[in-house]
Amino acid sequence: MQKIKPFDHLILILGTLFLCLPVFMALMSSTHTAIDIHSNGLFLTPGDNAGPTYTKVLTARGGFTGDVTGLRMLMNSMIMGIGFAVGKIVLSMMAAYALVYFRFRFATVIFWAIFTTLLLPLEVRIMPSYQVMSTLGLLNTYTGLIVPLLASATGTFFFRQFFKSVPDELLEAARIDGAGPVKFFIDILVPLSRTMMAAIFIIMFIYGWNQYLWPLLMTTDETFYTLMRGIKSILQVWVGSQIPDYNEAFALAVLAMVPPVAVVVIFQRMFIKGLTESDK
Amino acid sequence: MTDTPIADMPDAPRRSLSARLSDWYFAETPNPAKRVQFSRPLTPWIFLLPQLAIVVIFFYWPSVQAVTSSFYIEDPFGFGSTFVGFENYTDAVTNSQYASTAWFTALFCVVVTALSLGLGLLLAVKADKVIRGAETYKTLLISVYAIAPPVAGLIGMMFFDMHMGPFTKLFAAFGYDLRVGIDYWDTAFALTVIAVWKQIPYNFIFFLSGLQSVPVSVREAALIDARSGWRRFKDIILPLLAPTAFFLLVINITYTMFDTFSIIDVIVKDKPANNPMTLVYKVYLDGFKGNDIGGSSAQSVILMIVVAALTVVQFRFLERRVHYG
Amino acid sequence: MAHLSLTSVGKTYAGGVDAVRDVNIEIADGEFIVLVGPSGCGKSTLLRMVAGLESVTHGDVRIGDRVVNRLEPADRDIAMVFQNYALYPHMNVRDNMAYGLKNRGETKSVIAERVAEASRMLELDPYLDRKPRALSGGQRQRVAMGRAIVRQPAAFLFDEPLSNLDAKLRVSMRGEIRRLQRRLGTTSLYVTHDQLEAMTLADRLVVLNGGRVEQIGAPLEVYHKPASVFVASFIGSPAMNLIDARVEAGRVLVGSHDIAPAATDAGPVTLGLRPEDLSLASTGLPVAVEHVEELGAQRIIHGEVAGQPIAIADSSASELGETVHVAATPGKIHLFARDTGRRIDLAAAATGLAHAV
Repeated sequence: MQKIKPFDHLILILGTLFLCLPVFMALMSSTHTAIDIHSNGLFLTPGDNAGPTYTKVLTARGGFTGDVTGLRMLMNSMIMGIGFAVGKIVLSMMAAYALVYFRFRFATVIFWAIFTTLLLPLEVRIMPSYQVMSTLGLLNTYTGLIVPLLASATGTFFFRQFFKSVPDELLEAARIDGAGPVKFFIDILVPLSRTMMAAIFIIMFIYGWNQYLWPLLMTTDETFYTLMRGIKSILQVWVGSQIPDYNEAFALAVLAMVPPVAVVVIFQRMFIKGLTESDK
Repeated sequence: MTDTPIADMPDAPRRSLSARLSDWYFAETPNPAKRVQFSRPLTPWIFLLPQLAIVVIFFYWPSVQAVTSSFYIEDPFGFGSTFVGFENYTDAVTNSQYASTAWFTALFCVVVTALSLGLGLLLAVKADKVIRGAETYKTLLISVYAIAPPVAGLIGMMFFDMHMGPFTKLFAAFGYDLRVGIDYWDTAFALTVIAVWKQIPYNFIFFLSGLQSVPVSVREAALIDARSGWRRFKDIILPLLAPTAFFLLVINITYTMFDTFSIIDVIVKDKPANNPMTLVYKVYLDGFKGNDIGGSSAQSVILMIVVAALTVVQFRFLERRVHYG
Repeated sequence: MAHLSLTSVGKTYAGGVDAVRDVNIEIADGEFIVLVGPSGCGKSTLLRMVAGLESVTHGDVRIGDRVVNRLEPADRDIAMVFQNYALYPHMNVRDNMAYGLKNRGETKSVIAERVAEASRMLELDPYLDRKPRALSGGQRQRVAMGRAIVRQPAAFLFDEPLSNLDAKLRVSMRGEIRRLQRRLGTTSLYVTHDQLEAMTLADRLVVLNGGRVEQIGAPLEVYHKPASVFVASFIGSPAMNLIDARVEAGRVLVGSHDIAPAATDAGPVTLGLRPEDLSLASTGLPVAVEHVEELGAQRIIHGEVAGQPIAIADSSASELGETVHVAATPGKIHLFARDTGRRIDLAAAATGLAHAV
């Protein structure tokens, strides 16, 4: 077999350092005081200010109106991530089921109507989307935060591929066993899709958690701020202040990073499977 | 004698209207996904309803509105709007700032895509080769994927901070005064580094899974046929990775066009003066900050066409390339 | 338990393709019928029409005394065993067997009793709590059988149930299916492309070709009196030799060689000779030997006669020259009309003195 050269490890170590060192330094620096960072730069070693900084970021009321705490933002991000992932799975499994397992007129038209959404990301129609949301009175609501993001058919596409790979005979056997459409879906197809659902959940949770532009537009009421939105507002406060709250910004960044990174690391295998099989 | 006598027509069984209607409704689709499908008139619509409702309200309605409002100029105070035809388009395209933004977007796309694809591939090839510590490298390299672009922007901003950023200090050591947020090309440089940093893990994941799906027998055949490792990689492995690479190419271009929005927003902080930005960011600025709804919509529509074309190319090509695999 | 009857059954697909045409079969209660034919002959389509998985476009399918054309599969009182078993992967063996009964609203005690009975019969007791992926191919096959048995249906439908098994297991499962069917006495319809499987399992064979029935009959009847060139070539291994011949003045001739008497009209015919009905002789039809397959108990001699390939199953150990002479066993020759491919009945002639030349 091939020999392992130290050169390969060198490249890997350099690459890993390039990717991970900034994250590590952000983590370490968040445990120092703002003045410390301001005068000494970023840190590779832990400081002793972690307690006060994180307590302040999590519990102190911040923002312009003083309504929102870090904990609240953490909760909103959770709602956003989980709500989006669950909504996506439910909607797209149902739609994909109808498209794959039913014969009906207009199926082709519906197929294209749904999959055209893959062509255009939200960003290119951000302005009119905002107007639609304000017409519907959905600004500053969880519905407004989550539901419009569900319009893209990525999940439907994925489940359609998966359902197509389920052997035909399973449906035939179920029909002989007396299962109708709803029974087959709930008794056979959903349990069969458990692994796929988990993989999609991970990817969609990260996607929902990491949303930035949409929450930025949809929420003016600070009680609906997510961590991503919080990052924007902590930076806005900086303008004009003497020594920026570097430590708090880093702490916020760490809070925003930890859940999705943890999910990816813990469920690595499932996550990679979902990612590489759904996007292709 | 071209008329067919009626008596020669095959006997059409007399069928009720409802039977004919149901035949029409359940007509077999040319390529059904399944050999056997349910034929129920209402059930599929019940399953489709939630997704369809959301797609219509939150996709088609705004998309149509973007197209319509791109042909109007809206009164800044909200008193009605005037139809102006393609004026918003001509204004947008001839605007010198639009041209420079488009130019930067293209350049940004090329550089970020090339660098993140190249580095992702390099790391994947090496990670595929080593045995000791492979899992650790993999976990560490992949973990950055989960970091949100605005968080990446925030961390990047600290690294390029003009007072204490390590990169700023590094450049100062070489006598270069890095002024991110003030100097156009310095900011562009910082944006590129952050965007590439954020995107490497994604490419790494796909290249690694592509490499690991190359059959062992093919690798062994290559080992017999080619002495040099580089030749083996170039002649055997790389062509097998081509479908993955092409898929990633399109994904990376869309990433650079859209997902970098938050990185730019964090670094530039609503102060676009003399800072580089992408077309998407300009749509946002003109629409929300400049209140130029017509102009912003026209730019949206142009972007829609570009992205739709890219995606169509991706589907067409991918389908053709996949058969090689 | 019930009889089954297909009356002028046909299937036309949306594009106008006829997959099955005008099939008429009467199946008695408890009979084991095998549908056999090459792939694409419509045998699976026919089975699936009986199951209710394909719509019936022409004719009537009756199970018992009911026309079932428009009934859901679950309402037809049938059970089906699939080629890839189609076990529900997320359910254990017990639940796989019980699922259909649960959907029919059987009581828990009835379900438990029937599952226990089927599992005892199929020796599945040690595996009841396993998932299908933890079973071997043969065990999965048995679970699929069990799922059919617990329903106590009017008819079993088998869709190539043994083709995913290896050769040895196939033979033993074949015996097991036959024994089980005898014991339960359930009417069965079985699809296969393997003529050996068909011969050994069937009470009666239905040979299908191009969507039409070529012949229906007991295995030996089909073997000894194939109704057409197609049946002749499909049933039997090694395949029957089919040689261009002609009838002149009441005799069958290949080239200038007189083979046998034939009381039929003069003209071109196809002569059918089973390899096992040919033997080496000192005189007779000259065959140029090309190669020989040694099978141990016998050997298959492949050669050429009048420019056409021929095979002889030979059990003697005699030395072979470049040319051998062969003779046909009296009464074992088959004649088919050259134009229609249908059998020409030689009943009258065959009783006479067919002899080697």
